[in-house]
Amino acid sequence: MKISNEWLQSWVDHGLTPEALGHRLTMAGLELDAITPVAAEFSGVVVGRVQRVQAHPDADKLRVCEVDDGSGTLQQVVCGAPNVHEGMYAPLARVGAVLPDNFQIKKAKLRGVESFGMLCSAKELGLAESSDGLLGLPHDSPPGMDVRTLLGLDDVVLEIDLTPNRADCLSISGVAREVATLVERPLIPLAITPVPPTITETFPITLEAPQDCPRYAGRVIRGVNPQAPTPLWMRERLRRCGIRSLGPLVDVTNYVMLELGQPMHAFDLAHLHEGIVVRRARVGERLQLLAGQEIELSEADLLIADGRGPLALAGIMGGDMSGVDETTRDVFLESAHFSPQAIAGRARSHGLHTDASHRFERGVDPQLPVQALERATALLLEIVGGQAGPVHDVIAPQGIAQPAAIALRPARVEQLLGAQIPSAQMQRLLQALGCRLESAQTATWQVWPPSFRFDLAIEEDLIEEVARVYGYDQLPRQMPPLQASIRAQDERQVSIHAIRRSLSARGYREAITYSFVDPAIEALLAPEQSPLSLVNPISSEMAAMRTTLWPGLIKAAQYNLNRQQERIRLFETGLSFVPTPQGLQQQAQLAVLVCGPVLPEQWGSAARPVDFFDLKGDLQAVLALAGLEQRVVYQAQTHPALHPGQSARLLLDEQPIGCLGALHPQVQAQLDLPGAVYVFEIALDRLRRSTQVRYQEQSRFPLIRRDLALLVDQTLSADTVINAVRTFAPKEVKDIVLFDVYTGKGLPDACKSLALGLILQDLSRTLTDTEVDAIMAQITQQLAQHLGIRLRG
Amino acid sequence: MQDLNDVIATALDEIKACQSLKALDSLRVQYLGKKGIITEQLKSLGQLPPEQRRSDGQRINQAKQTLTEALEQRHQRLAEQAHQQTLAADTLDVTLPGRGQESGGLHPLTLTIERIEHLLAQAGFSVVEGPEVEDDYHNFEALNIPAHHPARAMHDTFYFDASTLLRTHTSPVQVRVMESGQLPIRVIAPGRVYRCDSDMTHSPMFHQVEGLLVDEGITFAHLRGVLDQFLQAFFEQADLQTRFRPSYFPFTEPSAEVDIQCVQCFGQGCRVCKHTGWLEVMGCGMVHPNVFAHVGIDAQRYSGFAFGLGVERMAMLRYGVNDLRLFFDNDIRFLRQFA
Repeated sequence: MKISNEWLQSWVDHGLTPEALGHRLTMAGLELDAITPVAAEFSGVVVGRVQRVQAHPDADKLRVCEVDDGSGTLQQVVCGAPNVHEGMYAPLARVGAVLPDNFQIKKAKLRGVESFGMLCSAKELGLAESSDGLLGLPHDSPPGMDVRTLLGLDDVVLEIDLTPNRADCLSISGVAREVATLVERPLIPLAITPVPPTITETFPITLEAPQDCPRYAGRVIRGVNPQAPTPLWMRERLRRCGIRSLGPLVDVTNYVMLELGQPMHAFDLAHLHEGIVVRRARVGERLQLLAGQEIELSEADLLIADGRGPLALAGIMGGDMSGVDETTRDVFLESAHFSPQAIAGRARSHGLHTDASHRFERGVDPQLPVQALERATALLLEIVGGQAGPVHDVIAPQGIAQPAAIALRPARVEQLLGAQIPSAQMQRLLQALGCRLESAQTATWQVWPPSFRFDLAIEEDLIEEVARVYGYDQLPRQMPPLQASIRAQDERQVSIHAIRRSLSARGYREAITYSFVDPAIEALLAPEQSPLSLVNPISSEMAAMRTTLWPGLIKAAQYNLNRQQERIRLFETGLSFVPTPQGLQQQAQLAVLVCGPVLPEQWGSAARPVDFFDLKGDLQAVLALAGLEQRVVYQAQTHPALHPGQSARLLLDEQPIGCLGALHPQVQAQLDLPGAVYVFEIALDRLRRSTQVRYQEQSRFPLIRRDLALLVDQTLSADTVINAVRTFAPKEVKDIVLFDVYTGKGLPDACKSLALGLILQDLSRTLTDTEVDAIMAQITQQLAQHLGIRLRG
Repeated sequence: MQDLNDVIATALDEIKACQSLKALDSLRVQYLGKKGIITEQLKSLGQLPPEQRRSDGQRINQAKQTLTEALEQRHQRLAEQAHQQTLAADTLDVTLPGRGQESGGLHPLTLTIERIEHLLAQAGFSVVEGPEVEDDYHNFEALNIPAHHPARAMHDTFYFDASTLLRTHTSPVQVRVMESGQLPIRVIAPGRVYRCDSDMTHSPMFHQVEGLLVDEGITFAHLRGVLDQFLQAFFEQADLQTRFRPSYFPFTEPSAEVDIQCVQCFGQGCRVCKHTGWLEVMGCGMVHPNVFAHVGIDAQRYSGFAFGLGVERMAMLRYGVNDLRLFFDNDIRFLRQFA
């Protein structure tokens, strides 16, 4: 809401600087966004009266004028404006004047004729975006008067960011009412006197939807002159409040809306037939709006219609066929009350947002229509003339919400605010806000809010009003009492903090990427999923909800690769959104991406690219936080986005919990990634210990290590072999370490050699060589028997 | 016996001049070895008369001892020298950089959220989470924002269908916690939220931390107390000025916005605070009775407050980040600065 301070001051003499007023409003919940001057800086511009206009001897489009600037001598000014004429009053920039953008006016010669100054348009003074001639000033302006004074241009506009509950402040009078309360100065009300009708004509009004429109006031005004210009003062006030002048008929309705808060509409009476009917639209009805677009109506839309059909979208926008224009001679003025429920959401459903809908969907005082109609009539008659008929005010009382008393308990105020505000002060505050109080001597007051406060409905609303006007900053502050308590913590679940810190310690940086991703990338990485799609994405590249965290990490990798960062180690935790037959699964995931050299560039160790097992080591470190490093099974499995020979599915208790691998070379190429990229993803809630940690007694006796070099069929997985050894080993074997894998020269075809170190120890004594030999023999014999594994000779 | 004195004098000179352990050992053999000069002299004692044998014996033994000591001393000295030489040969350039994996780090938004969690934990707030794909009921309806409410226009909502959406704030978690029926409640809910808005100062995804305290006797003064202390602790500025401005949220009444004195210019006015001296950092208020009604909490017995803050904004102010979009570019050079 833009408020001209000068206009506001005509309603309340607040006596504050704009800054101080803005601060006071901000602290009362009407947040000041900006204070802007209403006109750019300029000086030396005075009222000039054009006394004579003569043709320029050497230029068709220029005129030589003699202008009375109040100095006693007429000034010769050359002017190119088409509308300059004798008797015109216009701004004259004298020699020495400085116009906006530091444009200096000097004595000049135009095609040989001397010019002492410049006659100005509104645009040249920074008062309009465009102009098609000089700015005409009122004929009672004294020549020589500073134009800034004449037009009150030393005014400022206060831009207030209103919250949706404060519809009552969507007008000068509303803000003035609020200011009057806040600064405790009287409101200077506008004297609105009814305009006596000079004709008897009315136009029929029927309320067919009394809940939606319980009050509709109308008036016929015949014989207006739509060519009459809107007075400059009105154009200026409209401009300062951000509204463009569109001719006197529309300007007056807008002016009254700004002044009083009542949106109005002017119909061209010649285009109305039979009578006004306010009703819901019928299926299939259409309406061509003022803005030009044609909309299809639904039964939810409230219409102003006549005998022929829809005229206007009630409370939102008029129709193209019935609006006023420069040919209008007879007007039907509408000033109605539409219920917020009837208007709310309707404008938006048609992609519209208008000054009227903005006000009606928040609530306009049902007491206003007739006042506004009288005010508008008076202004119209003054500007465009004509004959006004009587006010025709149709009311469906059942539709107007009757003001109900709200019970307010002073004790409750204290209970909620934690502050003691004296009763008398509370009563004064409420009354200043326009509330009526009863039984104020008892413990429960009855409070009637004013008809313009749609936001006051319950006790807490009144408590907020009391606190607001009293001043939030006057209220005490205090720490709430805390009943000390200690909550148990699930130690088996690995905390996300531990996981993040573990990865961070292993050189990973945390990324945070958008949850919505490019559907094409999502399809490339998870072709088996059909992701959830946004109906209204920001862009088509952010339309699909990720079913995996990989797309975001890959995008981050690309971003960094494009900036010469070749070594990338990123992780992210967050939800994936996987549609399943049981519904959408919002699953917390951990995903990791690595590419580039395994180590930062450094001396003394050869650079080498990161590989599958580097990443697997990091994965195992994360699993180890939950004691799962031995329990998770890596199942070689083809994932459509991963390298068929370098990927694995992670199984825990035979349930898949994630996967790991190199991006499929084709996918990698499609994503424009220069080298191998390794990723894993795992469900965070599965990083959980199966049992609470229990201490296992450890042996005090020496351990013995024996190594086995096994000759194994190429296709046999390391896991199979180690698991077999573990199965065949007696309890004395505490640990098995795989310390070498060899393929190549010296081995039989299709064989590899696995070197295992077995750590043996007994809890109660030192093992003898003989015992250890026996154990080793037993293991090798079993391996040979069950898996055909021989010792490498 | 003039002889022996000469021998000793020569030997001592030789020992003193000896420069290696190996040469020293040769000297030891030469004088004290099985066939050494002194050893030979001792052997020859047997041929002397008994009275001379005794006095010569004493002198020879004394000479032996003198040489032994001299040899030992020299040995120690040479050994020490050799040791020093070995160490000197092993000297490293200790200014060479260390090797191995560098450490990574957490995202500044995570650091900010963790910091907020830790600070509010001191006042008994525990962390809860909720879904990001929400239903209309929890995101709006239960928070006293019915369909067509003008406040919905302030939430540019991403929809999946008429009733499913991406949560526009963390407030639905409030509803979910209150629905669970456990009282009193002291929780915070950090997480991602989404709004259909993207420009210099708006990201379609950002983070909020929601706070909720419901108990008997909770007042607006408590809200001010908690947020004041929290903000002072967060910015590590004990005298940080805060101000509460009336505002409007459908799910709180009374409602407030919280400003802090600009942490950049200390209230003097700068670009960050748009020359107002104040920065808006949070929204808050007392839980609206309609919200309590939706979740079945007796608003006459219990009262509570809720607050919500934007994590990006807090992180930007705390770390001086001047462009919101940096948080989501995940530029390694940016991320590296925070750990």
